[in-house]
Amino acid sequence: MKKTFKKSKDNDGSAVFRFRSHLLLVVMVFGAVGLLGRAGYLQFINRDHLVDEGNKRFVRNIPMPAHRGNIVDRFHEPLAVSTPVDTVWMNPSIFKKSVEQHPEQMQSLARALNRDPEWLARRVTANLDSSYLPLEKQLQPEDAERVKALKIPGVNLRRGYRRYYPAAEVTGHVLGFTGSEDQGQEGLELEYEQLLGGEDGIKRVLQDRMGEVVDSIEVVRPPRSGEEIVSSIDLRIQYLAYRELKSAIRDDQARAGSVIVLDVQTGEILAMVNQPSFNPNDRSALDVSAFRNRAALDLFEPGSTMKPFVAAAALASGKYNSESRIDTSPGFFMIGNASIKDHENEGVIDIATILAKSSNVGISRIALSLDKALIYNTMAGVGFGRLTPTGFPGEAAGILPHYEHWHDSMTAHLAFGYNLSVTALQLAQAYSTIATMGIRRPLTFRKVEGPVAGERVLPEAVCRELIHMMEAVTVAGGTATRAAIRGYRVSGKTGTALKAGPGGYSQTRFTALFAGMVPATNPRLVAVVVIDDPTGLHQGGQVSAPVFSSVLSGALRLMAIPPDDLEHVPAATLVQAVAGP
Amino acid sequence: MLFEEDQLSATRRTLSASSRIMRRLHLDGPLLACVGVVIIYGLFVLYSATGQNFGQWANQLERLGLALFTLLILAQIPPAWLKRLTPVIYGLGVLLLIAVALVGTSSKGAQRWLNLGLFRFQPSEMMKLGVPMMCAWYLRERPLPPSVRDLLTLGVIVLVPTALIAKQPDLGTAILIAAAGFSVIFLAGLSIWVLVSGIAVTGAAVPVAWHFMHDYQKQRIITFLDPSRDALGAGYHTIQSQIAIGSGGLFGKGWTHGSQAQLEFLPERSTDFIFAVIGEELGFLGQMLLLLLYLLVIARILYMASEAQDTYARLMCGSLGLTFFVYAFVNTGMVSGILPVVGVPLPLVSYGGTSMVTLLAGFGILMSLYRHRKLVGS
Repeated sequence: MKKTFKKSKDNDGSAVFRFRSHLLLVVMVFGAVGLLGRAGYLQFINRDHLVDEGNKRFVRNIPMPAHRGNIVDRFHEPLAVSTPVDTVWMNPSIFKKSVEQHPEQMQSLARALNRDPEWLARRVTANLDSSYLPLEKQLQPEDAERVKALKIPGVNLRRGYRRYYPAAEVTGHVLGFTGSEDQGQEGLELEYEQLLGGEDGIKRVLQDRMGEVVDSIEVVRPPRSGEEIVSSIDLRIQYLAYRELKSAIRDDQARAGSVIVLDVQTGEILAMVNQPSFNPNDRSALDVSAFRNRAALDLFEPGSTMKPFVAAAALASGKYNSESRIDTSPGFFMIGNASIKDHENEGVIDIATILAKSSNVGISRIALSLDKALIYNTMAGVGFGRLTPTGFPGEAAGILPHYEHWHDSMTAHLAFGYNLSVTALQLAQAYSTIATMGIRRPLTFRKVEGPVAGERVLPEAVCRELIHMMEAVTVAGGTATRAAIRGYRVSGKTGTALKAGPGGYSQTRFTALFAGMVPATNPRLVAVVVIDDPTGLHQGGQVSAPVFSSVLSGALRLMAIPPDDLEHVPAATLVQAVAGP
Repeated sequence: MLFEEDQLSATRRTLSASSRIMRRLHLDGPLLACVGVVIIYGLFVLYSATGQNFGQWANQLERLGLALFTLLILAQIPPAWLKRLTPVIYGLGVLLLIAVALVGTSSKGAQRWLNLGLFRFQPSEMMKLGVPMMCAWYLRERPLPPSVRDLLTLGVIVLVPTALIAKQPDLGTAILIAAAGFSVIFLAGLSIWVLVSGIAVTGAAVPVAWHFMHDYQKQRIITFLDPSRDALGAGYHTIQSQIAIGSGGLFGKGWTHGSQAQLEFLPERSTDFIFAVIGEELGFLGQMLLLLLYLLVIARILYMASEAQDTYARLMCGSLGLTFFVYAFVNTGMVSGILPVVGVPLPLVSYGGTSMVTLLAGFGILMSLYRHRKLVGS
């Protein structure tokens, strides 16, 4: 079948048309070749640069959180542990787009989160501008996996660690806590942040334009877990101290209080508790003042607990010995405008009796007879007026005025613990220096192995004599018979300091103190008990001494420290004490 | 042997039967086949480019159905009717463009739409066919090459709708419409000297045009000249698409595996910048294949034009072929970074119904003109 078309006329331009359309076709082929040339340039010649540019857009390095080191007590009981938790978060605009097509996703996500779908819808609508909306923080990994399994676009998980403190309130102040970024904020968590925190790793991932992680490519640097910190704390003694302090505070209706227990031979802090306390696992509804680790942060005037250091200076001066008699009659004397008083006229007494009866007149007379520099050096030598070596965050240094500024009234008052300020931690350090027979060892919150070197700051003979003198405090006739521990000889000193406030010293508010050591023949433990503003009974010997006795009697048993005073123990109880519980 | 011969003749019978149906429906087999292959290739790419969004993909399929239906209907209209309707279509188009300028709906800072209650209508789209038809209609019985007077008249026919559309502002469509009208004039035998001096005048007019351009249009041209000047803003499109193409290499990263496209770093990935998705996922070869298919479509159109029996049909067909090329070249050129960014979709591939319907309507008219020829003898 042959077809022929009607012949076109010459002036209809068909010849020109044919030529021009062929010309165009050639131009177009050139155009296409040009385009391919451009594509080839991009794809072959400029490729490396462009691939690199591309990677910059979707390859990201993101941190992999390191596991925070645990804090354990001296027997490796966990005090602070990190457990993995997941945060469920979403990109609201991506999620909304997806829900528009699959409305059932709102329901299933709400169900997986145990939330009301309307609550979820409201949160999504209110946060459409944001690209990161956390929905549920600190979810158990199993629960978070259930959310992830729904595979809802825009909903993601972020791994983190939650800090958990098994002993809760009991160790709250010592350990402190971590913030939302798992960083130490207070206490040992802050002090050892460098060691505990470890180093976050880096992971290279593919991210889309919305910043959602699509795929993980490689681990650039694995996270380095934080180190475990073995603390000096003995959780058993810590519990005991916490319990005894708490009940004392309740019974005496006191405002606050602290207890510190030290190991004399190593300078380790075995227990440190305060009231009021807080639960570091749930800090949501708490008054910030409860976070204060009063034992290290709060300053007070130490009152009569300072007397032994004046006594030490007196013995060291050579002017006094255990036989020296000091006339305290008539039980008061005037110095400048101030009068210094005792409770009653004790007459002519020795130093041991001054300590046992806590005679202000006696200790002031001694102080006034001594070289100021000697008293100052003794007090400074045992650590008053400067920070302890614990490095505890926020610790207060206190104030010990330099002796050049001492006038007689001030010297007299310093002798029984006014005109200077100290922390409970410093007081414990000072008493442990006496307990070590004059060697000041650095206090620490970390467990220490082996003997610890120290610096001699008091003569051994002076300390030995002083310890023996202070035993009089806890036996009949002393101010703190309630500090006695059956089977052990206890050496210590009470303190009942008037609290200074606006407008001078209050006559009704006190700091009740007891600081002491046991067993007195060879001290192993030092403890300081501070009860702030007790109601009713307010004497250190009445309020603080019983706490000292109950905490240390338990601690001695727990640490299996042999008794040094079996003469005064009835035979029946003796068997029990030796056999142990 | 007998069996094989039987089968062969059966195949032949089927072929001739289908060609009979084609002729009855006034369709052109080769063109339909080429266009069909491009469309199928486009659907394949689009599925990946929408981020494997089946909903969007099915949407496109629906629009394709509508476009094919338009093609089928237009192919049935006799050329005589088309000629008679041409001034009406053109006149209506100009009126609608004026209406848009007065009461149109704005979207993304441009006033392009007429809200007709049920749907929004874009009159500029209609003029993509209306302008070349009008030019061809005007020249249908005039001596060629056109006289100076005719050229001036044609200039008015082209420039009035172009100016209205450029004012909307829609520079891309204005350029395409001007190109369509101009292609008719060129194919009608416009003197080369007039062409050269026209280009010279246009070159001189650039500073003037610059003065009248919108800020965003100026920005696009500045950005085209130096995309890195504003890498996160106006230059973002160009830089991202070049990165996508460049990272593809010879074979590409594989279908649905383009990181720039799938991770949504490539803007407008399923519409204007889909050519970059082809470059990234199917590589140099994928892009070459598409350009080859386009050339086949154009070659067939130009062949059909050369077979036309009157000026109107010839000019109209030729213009459609040339316009199709301009579409493809402007889009691929802007995506590859050799032309400034103007809003022109990749013909037959980009997501979106309007451009698909317009293109297939054009092919419908083309087939009508080709299939309604008077055949002499047998």
